[in-house]
Amino acid sequence: MPRYLLSVFGPSDPASSDSSSREEMLQEWADTGAFNDKLQRDGHFVFADGLEPAITATTVDGRGDRPVFTDGPYLETKEQLGGFWVIEAADLDEALALAAEGSKACRGTVEVRPFHTPESIEALLNR
Amino acid sequence: MSDPAVEAAIARVHHEEWARVVAALTRRFGDLDVAEEAAAEAFAVAVERWPGDGIPPNPGGWLTTTAARRAIDRIRRESQRGAKHQAALMLRDTSVPEPTGPVEDDRLRLLFTCCHPALAMEARVALTLRLLGGLTVAEIARAFLVQETTMAQRITRAKAKIRAAHIPFRVPSERDVRERLAGVLAVVYLIFNEGYLASEGDDPLRVDLTEEAVRLGRLLRELVPEDGEVIGLLALMLITDGRRAARVSRTGELVTLEEQDRGAWDRALIAEGHDLVRQRVRAVADGADPPGRYQLLAAINAVHTVAPTARDTDWSQVLTLYDRLVALDPSPIVRLNRAVAVAELDGPSVALAEVDRLAEILDGYHPLHATRADLLRRLGRSADARAAYDRAIALSGNPAERAYLTRWRDQLTS
Repeated sequence: MPRYLLSVFGPSDPASSDSSSREEMLQEWADTGAFNDKLQRDGHFVFADGLEPAITATTVDGRGDRPVFTDGPYLETKEQLGGFWVIEAADLDEALALAAEGSKACRGTVEVRPFHTPESIEALLNR
Repeated sequence: MSDPAVEAAIARVHHEEWARVVAALTRRFGDLDVAEEAAAEAFAVAVERWPGDGIPPNPGGWLTTTAARRAIDRIRRESQRGAKHQAALMLRDTSVPEPTGPVEDDRLRLLFTCCHPALAMEARVALTLRLLGGLTVAEIARAFLVQETTMAQRITRAKAKIRAAHIPFRVPSERDVRERLAGVLAVVYLIFNEGYLASEGDDPLRVDLTEEAVRLGRLLRELVPEDGEVIGLLALMLITDGRRAARVSRTGELVTLEEQDRGAWDRALIAEGHDLVRQRVRAVADGADPPGRYQLLAAINAVHTVAPTARDTDWSQVLTLYDRLVALDPSPIVRLNRAVAVAELDGPSVALAEVDRLAEILDGYHPLHATRADLLRRLGRSADARAAYDRAIALSGNPAERAYLTRWRDQLTS
């Protein structure tokens, strides 16, 4: 079954945005938890977790002789990765439907990306 | 030796069978690339052999069989390079789980795949023209005025996304089908409009695109015969396309509906469109869903084309239909078109007030300025009209339309 990464994007520093109250946050977590339960029940769930704000990220470039460490995320943008799911879905239609549900639950925009499959890796090698 | 009769037959078979062959192969091999390439090869074989051997009794069957053989050859070739990839191609089950409903034509699946909302609009258009319309990459590139390599890349990228993201080859579930069908109709209508009023380039009309869009519209009607909007879109395109011969003057100037020589219209196309509109009016009277956007637009065009002269147009009916369209889609563009009917019924100053309310939001849209210019001219406000014509001319990318606007501007009494 194809696997998809559902990445949740939101404000780069959620703490600084005064948007949600404590109640709203608890509700958001409850909704997301319920969505996770559903994913597990329906056999889509592989892994999911939330991330600390992007300001806590460190970017590492180990391509040279000595690794270079840079404070902050790889791309500085207003919206940053805040959490993700790894799911299994029959095809993109199913993945998009789940992503829409997840986006509603966690109040964030979700990017859907397929993982490599054995066939796609094979095709890459035989290009 | 090329025989014109055989050539014509091959062209006809290409129109009739291309999409069917690509769709059948996509279903069988689960890969758009394999299907497209094999279909193209099969047609090349036909072009080579049919003049000598004669046209086979079942050309579609002959092409599908020939294409399938070519596809298997290609897969065998590739299997020498990567056994697993080949196995994946052969074994992927594209028929799991079948949605319930009427028997599905593979071409409908193909259409939904090409028009998938996860693809960019320009990619949907290109894929639909290539895989369902059978236009070559060079033809599509020419129609959209981009380099052939750019268009080839656009199509290749779209196919790569379909493969990697597992965009399914199937008709969407009942829950999604309506919205997804609307997306398919939008692609077809965009192709039609680009042909009917080319947004750039030297040709005001691109007959290849309008004809292809009508063909796709007919295919959709064959595949989804019960859908009112499918019928509405086909009717709209037929009635619009029926006026094509009168649309551009000998001097290359756009001719508006009001000034067109109605004797030059293609009465057969228009009558076919009128029949479809009447069919929908009856269906709605018998309890079908209320008409959507395309049915309303088709009805508006039917009212225009049923009038023997422009002066006989039943503007109050046009306005009633526009009111229903605005209720459905209150977008500024629909309101602008409605204002044209208002001008006929309530006079240009009432219409101008409505158009001016849209001026800010539609500032970059040349029809706004063209409409304003016309209303200002009718109100005798020459200086304002001139400025509006200037804006419209500057914004329009269509040569025939620019010529038309320029003539009106130059006729203004200063």
